[in-house]
Amino acid sequence: MIEIRHVGHAFGERTVLRDLSLDLTERRIAVVGGNGSGKSTFARLLNGLLVPTRGTVRVDGLDTRRDGRAVRRKVGFVFQNPDNQIVLPVVAEDLAFGLKNLGLPKDEIARRTDEALRRYGLHDVADHPAHLLSGGQKQLLAIAGVLAMAPDVIVFDEPTTLLDLRNKRRIAQAIDGLAQRAIVVSHDLDLLEAFDRVLVFEDGRVVIDDKPAVALPAYVAMMS
Amino acid sequence: MTPYLPGESPVHRCPPGAKILALVAVGTALFALPRLDLALAALAATGLLYGLAGITARLALAQLRPLAWILVVLVLVQLALDGWLSAMLVAARLAALVLLAGLVTLTTRSADLIEALQNGLAWLKPLGVNPAKVGLAIALTLRFIPVLAAITAEVREAQRARGLERSLVALTVPVVVRMLKMSDDIAAAIDARSYDPDQAGG
Repeated sequence: MIEIRHVGHAFGERTVLRDLSLDLTERRIAVVGGNGSGKSTFARLLNGLLVPTRGTVRVDGLDTRRDGRAVRRKVGFVFQNPDNQIVLPVVAEDLAFGLKNLGLPKDEIARRTDEALRRYGLHDVADHPAHLLSGGQKQLLAIAGVLAMAPDVIVFDEPTTLLDLRNKRRIAQAIDGLAQRAIVVSHDLDLLEAFDRVLVFEDGRVVIDDKPAVALPAYVAMMS
Repeated sequence: MTPYLPGESPVHRCPPGAKILALVAVGTALFALPRLDLALAALAATGLLYGLAGITARLALAQLRPLAWILVVLVLVQLALDGWLSAMLVAARLAALVLLAGLVTLTTRSADLIEALQNGLAWLKPLGVNPAKVGLAIALTLRFIPVLAAITAEVREAQRARGLERSLVALTVPVVVRMLKMSDDIAAAIDARSYDPDQAGG
């Protein structure tokens, strides 16, 4: 479980999150909100990429402020732009990057890499340079790289924003097929309809916290 | 820069550390012994190794393309200053070295190359050098050269659309700003994938 208690965050003088207290337990949680509403900052607090300037974030009892590395093993993160997430020049090598960081033995790294490549249809391009992949393939590689590390939760920060319709569908299917819990920040409301819970952000606060059937129409009305 | 070309040839199977050492040794020898016969022999041997690795002549020549202008200028300068033998030596030496370096990257996975470099730099640890950080820096360089090229092309196109195609400042400032913004995200992405330089590799 992710416990958020009285969390606030500011970048210098600019306050982006204000006194949030939430328990995140559902299998699929959506985070929506306008630009600058604080949702991406919120997402980065969940795996300790950012630590809050006030309050605490705990993942299964681990404090992101003190136990950042342990938290990042439990909570994976997929960025909006996969080009910024793919670290090594070749597809299979990048996929294995996180696994090496976990200190796994070579045969386990090879097994998990192969499994993730097959699952996301990247096996044929395993030895290809990552920069030659399509946008959708790059995002799948980013997801596969995180998934191979077997986290308990995966946070997605606007995973479909840069993609065309076909690739959006591929990513939606990939998220749908995950055994892990997922927290998805997105402007793509179609993607979120079947989720268990929706958090709507405005001005650094959660202003709606409900099922999609209630929260999404309310959010659309709010934005109109 | 041409990426790794999968294969099972003896050149592919040769340990990455041995390839790097051979590259360093040949490079040093070519500059320590400035003889045309040696430079031509190195060039011929490199050609044979390309054949052994199953790499086409076209791809081999593509390794030289980025340096073509530099090579031409160097040859012309040497020709003017020192005669044709010196010009041939400079051309053969540089071509052999570039082709050999290209052969190493064409036949070695970057992860293996980086691991070999990390192992080779382990002796620098007592001097405060972290081989894992050096390895990651090299990996990131290899990864982001094409990304930088793509960003530069995008910015150039955008500036051209606004009639600024001849302005170097209009090109470099947005590219640098985007790369700096990108570097923050990349650092976060590396963190998010549990990278710990004190525990990684070497």
